[in-house]
Amino acid sequence: MEEGAIPSVAARLALYQRAGGVITPLLTVLFAFFVGGLVVLVTTGKNPLHTYQAIFNGTGLNWFFPWVTCSDPCTPATNLQYTLLLATPLMLTGLAVAFAFRCGLFNIGGQGQYLVGAVAAVMIGSSFADLSRWSHVALAVVVAAFAGAAWAGIAGFLKATVGAHEVITTIMLNWIAIWIATYLFEIGGPLQDPKQTGVPISETVAESAKLPVFWGDPLFQGLHVGLFIALGALVSYWIVLNRTTVGYEVRAVGFNPEAARYGGISVARSYVLAMAISGLFAGLAGAVDVLGWEYRLGVLDIQISQVGFIGIAVALLGRNTAVGVFFSAILFGALLNGTSTRNLDPEVFRPELASSLTLIIQGLVVLLVGADVLVIYLWQARRKLGLGRKRASVTT
Amino acid sequence: MNADVPVLELRGITKRFPNVVANESVDLDLRRGEIHALLGENGAGKSTLMNIVYGLYAPDEGEVLVRGKPVRIDSPRAAIELGIGMVHQHFMLIPVMTVAENIVLATEPTRGGVLLDTGAAARRVEELSRTFSFAIDPNTRVHDITVGQQQRVEILKALYRNADILILDEPTAVLTPQEAQELFAILGTLRREGISIIFISHKLNEVLEIADRVTVLRRGKKIETLRREGATEASLARLMVGREVLLRVDKQPAVPGEPLLKVDGLRVLDDRGLEAVKGVSFEVKAGEMVGIAGVDGNGQSELIDALTGLRRSAGGTVHLGDRPLQTASVRTILDSGVGHIPEDRHLRGLVLDFSLAENLALHEYRDPPDSRFGWLFPRSLVARARRLLKEFDVRGGEPQTLASSLSGGNQQKVVIAREVSRDPSVLIAAQPTRGLDVGAIEFVHRRLVEQRDAGKGVLLLSLEIEEILSLSDRVLVMYEGELVAELPPDVPEEELGIAMAGGGRQEEAA
Repeated sequence: MEEGAIPSVAARLALYQRAGGVITPLLTVLFAFFVGGLVVLVTTGKNPLHTYQAIFNGTGLNWFFPWVTCSDPCTPATNLQYTLLLATPLMLTGLAVAFAFRCGLFNIGGQGQYLVGAVAAVMIGSSFADLSRWSHVALAVVVAAFAGAAWAGIAGFLKATVGAHEVITTIMLNWIAIWIATYLFEIGGPLQDPKQTGVPISETVAESAKLPVFWGDPLFQGLHVGLFIALGALVSYWIVLNRTTVGYEVRAVGFNPEAARYGGISVARSYVLAMAISGLFAGLAGAVDVLGWEYRLGVLDIQISQVGFIGIAVALLGRNTAVGVFFSAILFGALLNGTSTRNLDPEVFRPELASSLTLIIQGLVVLLVGADVLVIYLWQARRKLGLGRKRASVTT
Repeated sequence: MNADVPVLELRGITKRFPNVVANESVDLDLRRGEIHALLGENGAGKSTLMNIVYGLYAPDEGEVLVRGKPVRIDSPRAAIELGIGMVHQHFMLIPVMTVAENIVLATEPTRGGVLLDTGAAARRVEELSRTFSFAIDPNTRVHDITVGQQQRVEILKALYRNADILILDEPTAVLTPQEAQELFAILGTLRREGISIIFISHKLNEVLEIADRVTVLRRGKKIETLRREGATEASLARLMVGREVLLRVDKQPAVPGEPLLKVDGLRVLDDRGLEAVKGVSFEVKAGEMVGIAGVDGNGQSELIDALTGLRRSAGGTVHLGDRPLQTASVRTILDSGVGHIPEDRHLRGLVLDFSLAENLALHEYRDPPDSRFGWLFPRSLVARARRLLKEFDVRGGEPQTLASSLSGGNQQKVVIAREVSRDPSVLIAAQPTRGLDVGAIEFVHRRLVEQRDAGKGVLLLSLEIEEILSLSDRVLVMYEGELVAELPPDVPEEELGIAMAGGGRQEEAA
């Protein structure tokens, strides 16, 4: 547009982008909840607000508002611990998707990288039992992170060398990871727990490799220090992108690979690096889950785990920013927990339907985030209508 | 209808955007069967004014009269109903559909109300195309035709909807010189048939060639409407920019030193694996500007790509001083002292979503003071940007502004600032003034000459004959991948034109 030549307009545009960056995801979520509410209303005839209130209470987020609902202060705390427990790996898998996005790559392989990290963590965690506590934890975490990085790096390498599309290769690598992990821990598998030969499960992580629980019941789903690993990862994500030459290259390639190449940046190297760093985050997610509260991997868990896939929604909703990923990971963690059967009163909403409600809301969020152009358009159209003018669909 | 009543009249049109007045009480009248040029620099408010006429913006003040009657145009549909058609810079065609299908889109002739009557569509398009002597086959698909032909499809689309007022927004920006000539011939036919045309442009020569009257806009205000007769490029440029503009570059004779860039027998393949550059040899000396002239697509782009490391050469050597560069990486070439102003600033020259500070650091972000041990110091980037934006008079941007929000001329200044400030010994400039208006062109030309005078070797590639001749100290002509002639810069334009068309070669190949 011609008007771009004036500084204040440019500044205004930048501001608008930033504002739009917060407003659109918020509108997206609100709209998803609204549609979800309609579904509740139509299918059960119950007041959706009551359902949402029950879900909200189930998330433990009411812990922050003790003066509103405080029949039993213990329950919100336990619920909140579990919400954060679920949100922690989502922050990391969200970052795994977001980082690749910033390099122009769509990493669908968070699930596989998460699993590879989890397998590595369980392998290291259940051996080397004579190591001291912190060195054992550190070793397991580092190996898991590098395993995830290597796994994702394969896709980056294939993209850089033969141009294989990362969407295809990461999906394939997901399945390879799932079936390798299944093979390792199934009954008779090479790493199946020899103490329980009838159960398809790994050995349990040694005490020395467990992440300490700092809030809640240390023996049952208390909140472990993995949360701080995730928070550290969020900070590192921002620093790497904005304060290192690698981040500069990754962003340049993500915005315009031709210009990056012209500027002397090795696009191929950036692809490999970006995928590897993505995988590093996903591998960390696997490590914190295994070392923090699961302590072992079962074949069933491997098959049904969704942590890596939800990470895609987390990154999309969080607009690939550190702050955005933090909040959307909490949102998805809360949704998962709030609609889990143990937290919903059957009187309010049938618990077996509740998790489907989560999926509906989750699906709508992904769908709408993809369509945020539409949201922006509607937003502008509303403003135009406010001025009493019509705007044609033809743009210049 | 009274022939004296203007078919379109604008009275006192004002359009304000937040913080900027795009149009300030602009008057304009378009007569029946005239070509009226709307001339102005980038950002002068030409497109805004025409978007108002086409119903895309509503004016804040003023009125629009069509055939003497005041009208309210609140949508393109309303404009079309009033007989106004507009061809935008970016075509709105559907590539997989045929020419006829594109033209009848939204007003398709049907059989029984449902089935598309493709036969009837094609016939009506063919009829129109014959009336106005457009050479276009209605049954080809749009992705199979040239850009020039696509533009004609857009014009036909407007005529099909019975437009007798046609607005063309910088129609020649996307065309080759030959295509532009063909367009002018078509516009001449349309004029004879009584169609009135508003022709938006910032190119002086084409305005003088085609327009009956010219209205000049500057910073949103109408400066003057004048007849083509008596107008000159210099007078129009002065009206447009508001000061005297040097259309001819003022420069001293070159003092060439020793050769800096030596190219010997260079061969380069294009994307399809065909030989696009067939054994080219030349030198660029210190303190001289060498121009490469040629019609687009004769291997110039591939040559530049190979010299800058963006494309692998298939044979031959390139030396910068004594250093062989034919197999070097882009970074090595940049580091050894080559500056490169790329052909397409949006594709390569800038990362549009990066800030100006980040764009200006594109080559140097790896070195101190921008970074140490992989750690980036944004403050250093911003400091450089602040200095360069001032030095190169980039308007409309702070270091943190996104490159995409600058106008084309200022974007190009950013590219030039980055390349020149690295103090390269050889500067390769590919179409450095493409899409710029006279003021910006003058700036770019002056900077290039400055580089030459500072003892750098400058290699200039341009498709504009005039630019090549006015800037270069030696002109090399490229035709079908070979250098077919070396001419002095005072050669007549016609002679250079003949050489560019392959006439310099002693063979019958066309």
